[in-house]
Amino acid sequence: MSDTGSRPRAGRGEAARGALLVGPPFLYALLLLAVPLGAIGLFSFWTQDYLTLDTTLTLKNYREAFTEPLYMQLLLRSLMISGAVTVATVLLAFPVAYYVSFHVRPERKAMWIFLITIPFWTSYLIRVFLWKVILGFNGVINTTLQGIGIIDEPLRFILYNANAVVITLAHAFAPFAILPIFVALEKIDRSLLEASRDLGETHVTTFLRVTLPLAMPGVVAAVLIVFIPTIGDYVTPRLVGGPNGLMIANMIQTQFLKLNNAPMGAALAVLAMAMVGAVSLVFLALTRRYLRGRG
Amino acid sequence: MKDTTGIDRPIIALQGVEKYYGDYQALRGITADIGAGEFFSLLGPSGCGKTTLLRTIAGFEAPSAGRLSIDGRDMSRVPANRRPTNMVFQSYAIFPHLSVAENVGFGLRRSALSKEENSRRVGEALEMVGLGGYGSRAAHALSGGQRQRVALARALILKPKVLLLDEPLSALDRKLRETMQMELRKLQRQVGITFVLVTHDQEEALIMSDRIAVMFDGQIAQLDDPQTLYRRPVSRQVADFIGVMNFLPAQAEAQEGRQVAVTIPGLGRAEIDAEQVPGGLHPGQAASVGIRPETMSILFAGEETERRVAQATVEDLAYYGDMTYYTVRMRGVDAPLTISMKNLVGRPVLARGTETRVAWDARSLVLFA
Repeated sequence: MSDTGSRPRAGRGEAARGALLVGPPFLYALLLLAVPLGAIGLFSFWTQDYLTLDTTLTLKNYREAFTEPLYMQLLLRSLMISGAVTVATVLLAFPVAYYVSFHVRPERKAMWIFLITIPFWTSYLIRVFLWKVILGFNGVINTTLQGIGIIDEPLRFILYNANAVVITLAHAFAPFAILPIFVALEKIDRSLLEASRDLGETHVTTFLRVTLPLAMPGVVAAVLIVFIPTIGDYVTPRLVGGPNGLMIANMIQTQFLKLNNAPMGAALAVLAMAMVGAVSLVFLALTRRYLRGRG
Repeated sequence: MKDTTGIDRPIIALQGVEKYYGDYQALRGITADIGAGEFFSLLGPSGCGKTTLLRTIAGFEAPSAGRLSIDGRDMSRVPANRRPTNMVFQSYAIFPHLSVAENVGFGLRRSALSKEENSRRVGEALEMVGLGGYGSRAAHALSGGQRQRVALARALILKPKVLLLDEPLSALDRKLRETMQMELRKLQRQVGITFVLVTHDQEEALIMSDRIAVMFDGQIAQLDDPQTLYRRPVSRQVADFIGVMNFLPAQAEAQEGRQVAVTIPGLGRAEIDAEQVPGGLHPGQAASVGIRPETMSILFAGEETERRVAQATVEDLAYYGDMTYYTVRMRGVDAPLTISMKNLVGRPVLARGTETRVAWDARSLVLFA
């Protein structure tokens, strides 16, 4: 460690330039991410006493969150719904990404990716309302199925419940899942697939032994990209979820805006965040062997 | 096409194999037999169809016409994964998510060996390519030469009837490439498996092969052993591709028995074996002769020879250490000629502009129609 004294001198100009480059985004992140996060954390240890905020630090909110069955039920349901959304989205996204990567001519791929982003051309809210139109009591699906005589009464299980939330969110997040999987598939050297065939594997076993493991970094990215934001979604459950499709974010919103209990809302937010973090870490640990560096 | 097969038993039989990509014809009727236990090379410039032919044998391309059989079995309905061939890819195609041992043992899964038997065979295969003890390494941490060895072990562990090698050495640096050429040759003799090598490097093909098929434009231009190929190329194109060849215009004079007399401006009259040109030459026909740089020699002061002699001027030279390549201009010859001389002890290196004498021999002339 005798040479460390000389190193800063040589790199000082570079370090200053680096700081200059990193500075503005760092400040931005600090103000808009770290400060609000810190505020939420702090709030969660305070309590609301009707109209006054009691700023003595306490774990009362957390104790209530763990003892009140409603909160735990909402957290668990949020976990189930975003888990279902993630599984559905990634399972449906994989074939699309695979098709574009392996069966679309190279010069057409950019166009396909462009088409996949079409859902983003309209607002998120409009897309959610559109699903109401499709899934509703007198919606597209029910009228069609009744019209051709498959059902006599409108299906009720497709709107204003958890199913509707899963369907709507899966559609909204599909491009986010397709893109990372597509990128991972694109990076696979095609001669690896030929090598596998050459060594005796069929198309199916080649997929399982070569393509899928090599696409795993993309799948892991897709899972996290879909899972993390959906658990905190509150627009979709509010609009299509009905009473049994509500999620933890709806409760957080209620605590903050309707019940005027920001500390309780903050505690629930921290708990939701901790849960997402824990699930993501477990997932990453399980898939670690696919994410090793490769040349 | 000349085919002097000295092979005992063909392992691969190609009959009129053609391949179209849309309108483009990549293979224009390939007919050849590759012998069991042979080291066979497909040599040609890029785009000549050699890789397409190799991929056709491997089963990655289906021929548009013609027949391919391996070990007497027609391959038209046999997919790549069920052919008795294994391939070493140009990129080596080492699975990056697997260890060295898992790569080498990749193809063993279907033989359902016990764990011990599996790792024993993987160990043997790694030993064979000089990578003993590398099994647990991550595949992506290997050097180019090591990757090549892993690819080789992975293919040979399945004991294929034919090993296909798609320019396996082109990514290695010169020293390593030369080592691997000798090692591959040795390995091939040791395992006795037929090797089919695709290369654009004529020197590599000459060093390693029992027989070489020189391909141009989707066709085999010549199929011969290395010596015949080098000494008696059947066309100017082949002669030009294999080594260095000087070409001189010539005119056929008369054919007397199996000898044809030609006049070569600058060198004079010479008698050449008429069999070199299958169709024969009629008197007065313009032709060309080829002569290799090492079959001519520069006569240094006081040197005498029984060979024929011509006057020349040293125009340029390239000193390679062991050899000197002279570019000389001979009286009455338009094109400059290249002559290579070994730098023996006491032999001077001539300066540019030196007047000298050049000795040559009619027996080393190759005649082209």
